[in-house]
Amino acid sequence: MDKRQALAFLHDMLLGRRFEERCAEEYMKGNIAGFLHLYPGEEAVAVGVIHACETSDYIVSTYREHVHALVRGVPAGEVMAELFGKRGGCSRGMGGSMHLFDPQRRFMGGYAIVGETYPVAIGLGYGIAMKDLPEAVICFFGDGAVNQGTFHESLNMAALWKLPVLFVCENNQYAIGTEIHRHSAVPEVYKRAAAYRIPAERVDGMDVLEVHRATEHALQQIRAGSGPQLLECLTYRFRGHSMADPGHYRPPVEVKAHQQTDPLELALRELSLVYPTPEQIAAAGPDALLKLRQYCFDQGHLHEEGFEELERQVQDEVEAAVQFALEAPEPTLDDAWQALYCNRRGEILI
Amino acid sequence: MAEEVLIWQALNRALDELMAADEDVFILGEDVGLYGGSYRVTEGLYAKYGEWRVRDTPISEDSFTGLGVGAALMGLRPVVEIMTVNFALLALDAIINMAAKVPFMSGGRLPMGLTIRTPGGVAKQLAAQHSQRLEHTLMNVPGLRIVVPATPQDAYWQLKQAVLSDEPVIVLEHELLYFHKGPLDPTAPPPPPHRAVVRRPGRDLTLVAYSKMAVLAGQAAERLAEQGIEAEVIDLRSLSPIDWQTCVDSVARTHRVLIVEEDCRFAGAGAEIAADLTERCFTQLEAAPMRLAGLDMPTPYNGTLEAQTIPQVDDIVAAAHRLVKEAS
Ligand SMILES: Cc1ncc(C[n+]2csc(CCOP(=O)(O)OP(=O)(O)O)c2C)c(N)n1
Repeated sequence: MDKRQALAFLHDMLLGRRFEERCAEEYMKGNIAGFLHLYPGEEAVAVGVIHACETSDYIVSTYREHVHALVRGVPAGEVMAELFGKRGGCSRGMGGSMHLFDPQRRFMGGYAIVGETYPVAIGLGYGIAMKDLPEAVICFFGDGAVNQGTFHESLNMAALWKLPVLFVCENNQYAIGTEIHRHSAVPEVYKRAAAYRIPAERVDGMDVLEVHRATEHALQQIRAGSGPQLLECLTYRFRGHSMADPGHYRPPVEVKAHQQTDPLELALRELSLVYPTPEQIAAAGPDALLKLRQYCFDQGHLHEEGFEELERQVQDEVEAAVQFALEAPEPTLDDAWQALYCNRRGEILI
Repeated sequence: MAEEVLIWQALNRALDELMAADEDVFILGEDVGLYGGSYRVTEGLYAKYGEWRVRDTPISEDSFTGLGVGAALMGLRPVVEIMTVNFALLALDAIINMAAKVPFMSGGRLPMGLTIRTPGGVAKQLAAQHSQRLEHTLMNVPGLRIVVPATPQDAYWQLKQAVLSDEPVIVLEHELLYFHKGPLDPTAPPPPPHRAVVRRPGRDLTLVAYSKMAVLAGQAAERLAEQGIEAEVIDLRSLSPIDWQTCVDSVARTHRVLIVEEDCRFAGAGAEIAADLTERCFTQLEAAPMRLAGLDMPTPYNGTLEAQTIPQVDDIVAAAHRLVKEAS
């Protein structure tokens, strides 16, 4: 991992965090409406996974997808404008928070019906396999979503036909208010893949380097033609399920405990100048992490001012996104009809 | 004695009384237990009746609705909450192929005391996958009852009647009505669950509506009255079966009918009502029945556009004027 990449990780995690915090503010102001599911706490997953992808890989996501879109490179202004329901939004104001689409960047959508992402992903995977392309599909889903029938049906087909799909479970341990032990007979999601002989791994989803390493490895296997893989990232959402949900069902000690492992803090620690003890280095384990740490020390990549500078930069980006969204025009009903009949090639049917 | 309550409270009270009276009544659905239900309808019931009778389910709509079918076959009275009607699409096999068919396929030998409660409708900027009603889909299925309460009293009555009956009943609730207030008299004797009511008498035209549109039709009628047009407002209360007699009697008085629905116009409930009333009252009508419905478009996220896709009070008033003018 080089400096550019290390700092890119940090930038994207920070952007994800600040963007979402700003979304909460804009929701309170009434600029964003509807269901708004925020991502703080889970940034290491989006960043670790998507940075391991090629731009030609496809991404399929859920309703908690703003940060997936940002990391994928969908301009922050277009994401924010979509949340504002504006024509300049990536779904032209028709989709909103839960339905971000950017076909150009192969961001194939946010889906709001739990369990829909798998069939869409295997469809894309089928096309890739049929044409024998070197691409892959990333399919995001939550822990609550593994109890939907489509999970089992899609994993079976993916394994049967060796489809190039990486299933990524963002296990934040809750399906709205129901804790995983109360909704899953097998709370270790990765073990479920065994039923379909899909190789699976569980990683610390609060550690961006570990997520990145695991994703790279899985994608390598997929590109080598071995069929689907599953990655379970253990993570935690710091907020409630959505802006409509304060999340009171979670014991405060639990929330506090998870905040101690804030992925941003962890990432920053990796990049800090404090020299680690040999024990810490040994405990840190993965190569990439050691390399990054060592590299940062040797090069002095990041110091206090450098980080402050990065924060300012991200803050400006988010500010610009909000400005763009505020100034973007409203869509018209004609825009809506055009969106509905976008594939009619102008044919008018009465 | 009537007291003022919100619709969710009326539903909650009905469930509480049903569960207290009969141990065979149980509730299942996502987040209905510890969390108390997304719209608070099951609040407090988990603490009172325990997890076997108020069961938090995994996100597995088709299977837990099917579980309700199985339980009903042995005479239990399951009340399945499908968090919103949009997710009921995943349970259509259990609802249409099982709940509606098994009693029939068994030659009438099996009860189906299954109640499915599910909120729907266009709420506030929830976008296309979270803003729809499916009455058109369900109405076309023989063997299902569909009730669409618009007041706390009806919500209370109809939920109780649903759970006590041996038929599968879908209670289609409206997300924007849960916090509507109205009188509830738990001791008042209920009319049959499918009986339509005339909410307001009038002589110039009949407004036929249901659920949230019945509330809007009432508001439109008041506006029309100030403008010298007396609209009779019918709240259907049930979409399967439909109480045609109440509609026919009204048309005999007013000779004009405007049907208001929130769902898409094409092949919707309004189409059925218009066609049927035309057959039944052709000679009484001074104009073809008129339909006011949602646009044939998925619900856009943008708030301004969203409002433009469904009938508003102003639209009902304008359509009523058109119909009255056309017919005179
Ligand atoms: C089929 C379906 N059922 C129910 C819902 C309502 N719902 C939205 S999110 C959610 C919980 C999903 O939890 P999980 O998959 O763990 O994802 P997370 O929100 O934790 O990221 C539920 C029940 C839905 N959107 N779709």
